[in-house]
Amino acid sequence: MNDRRVVVTGLGTINPVGSDVESTWRGLLSGTSGISAITLIDASDLSSQIAGEIADFDIEAFMPRRQARRMDRYAQLFWVAAREALGDAGIAHEPDDPAAYRTGVAVGSGIGGVATFEEELTTLLEVGPHRLSPFGIPKIIANLAGGQVSIDFNLYGPNTTAVTACAASANAIGDAAAIITRGAADVMLAGGADAAITRFGMGGFAQARALSTRNDDPQGASRPFDASRDGFVMSEGAAALVLEERERALERGATIYAEFVGYGMSADGYHVTLPRPGGAGAARAMQSALADAGIVAEQVSYINAHGTSTAANDVTETIAIKSVFGDTAYRLPISSTKSMTGHLLGGAGAIEAVASVLSIRDGIVAPTINLTDPDAECDLDYVPGVARNVEVEYAMSNSFGFGGHNVVLLFRAP
Amino acid sequence: MDRTEIESKLTDLLVDELGIERDDIRLDAKFEEDLDVDSLGVVELLMALEDNFGVKIPDEEAEQITTVGEAVDLVEAKLNA
Repeated sequence: MNDRRVVVTGLGTINPVGSDVESTWRGLLSGTSGISAITLIDASDLSSQIAGEIADFDIEAFMPRRQARRMDRYAQLFWVAAREALGDAGIAHEPDDPAAYRTGVAVGSGIGGVATFEEELTTLLEVGPHRLSPFGIPKIIANLAGGQVSIDFNLYGPNTTAVTACAASANAIGDAAAIITRGAADVMLAGGADAAITRFGMGGFAQARALSTRNDDPQGASRPFDASRDGFVMSEGAAALVLEERERALERGATIYAEFVGYGMSADGYHVTLPRPGGAGAARAMQSALADAGIVAEQVSYINAHGTSTAANDVTETIAIKSVFGDTAYRLPISSTKSMTGHLLGGAGAIEAVASVLSIRDGIVAPTINLTDPDAECDLDYVPGVARNVEVEYAMSNSFGFGGHNVVLLFRAP
Repeated sequence: MDRTEIESKLTDLLVDELGIERDDIRLDAKFEEDLDVDSLGVVELLMALEDNFGVKIPDEEAEQITTVGEAVDLVEAKLNA
């Protein structure tokens, strides 16, 4: 089974920049911020009052209300992205279709149904256990996004969920590819979602000193690698990719966006929220992905950085890239699309994989916006302000999560 | 509350709380087979009945309800008890 190769044949997303792949890509290439003042919750007493919301999200445009109300917002968002990705790939299984048994799902979510958790906890404390919703637990658990799409889209193959915080959907994509490579499935829907613009989500991340408080300038708040960055900006959203065994995709004449060629993972083994100074863990994950792809660093054309806009990440990631790429690092276009999307947490790795794949397709990379005064320690080419035409042969996408999880994906032009 | 009022209020609950289509709701409609209310939906329905009619419905009595009409009967009996 070692000759089985994995390609990308479908894409989907819903996020603060766009409600589908093409509108998102246009927004990213034009440097459009999806960040605004929070409207979904009362943010008046929160230190961070800005976020990337999908303010006009209407799940009932996609499914009946009685189905929608059994799903937390994070799972609803993933469902919408999954629908687009499957449609884009031309995959629609009838119940008991033999191919449905060879099609699986891998999802990443950092937190799962945190809004439902807050509602249910309030009911528990204010009323009592006898009024907890029977849907409370299935709405909260982080694997239900994957469970739900398997039910609604007839996907009966392997079904798994990664919960590695902000690296979760990168793990899901890498795990999905490995499932195809070893022959356990022919097609995998892979991606992730989070919807943590809630009082607990915003308050909790703020107390971890992770969030930007640039409340008077929402669109300028996510500023990766800039000297005046002050934390990440919370966003909600989802993205999904259809990964497919290459021979099957070729046989059915599917559109092939890119080939998935490398998966690297490591653990910092250092701190619950902070990256290991010096970036050795991140560097090992990048090296591991390069080794998996069988290429050398000089062959990489573009890096979609983790680039969170936190003080610690952006310097550490820069050091890690330099340690892996040496002098080549200075000639390598690197950008953080989080400067526009904000941080989708468990959806981040997937939307950044989508951006990486589209860079390969279109020969252009999205910019890092708000990078007007680079941090002295961030001295690489972050494609500031304006998208750039780059012929992308290999695209690397970095994702790092609380807990010290480092995940790196590599895609190649088909 | 008379029977017509109970029927009307129960119909509103099924629409508003369980998301069932109003046109599908008839007295002889079976919750599981006709209205697609699964075991979790039944739990929701019982909570809605208790909260909105101010009655207490033990699980063993709840298990006897299979149709909309039987739910109306049970609520009416509880209210008149």
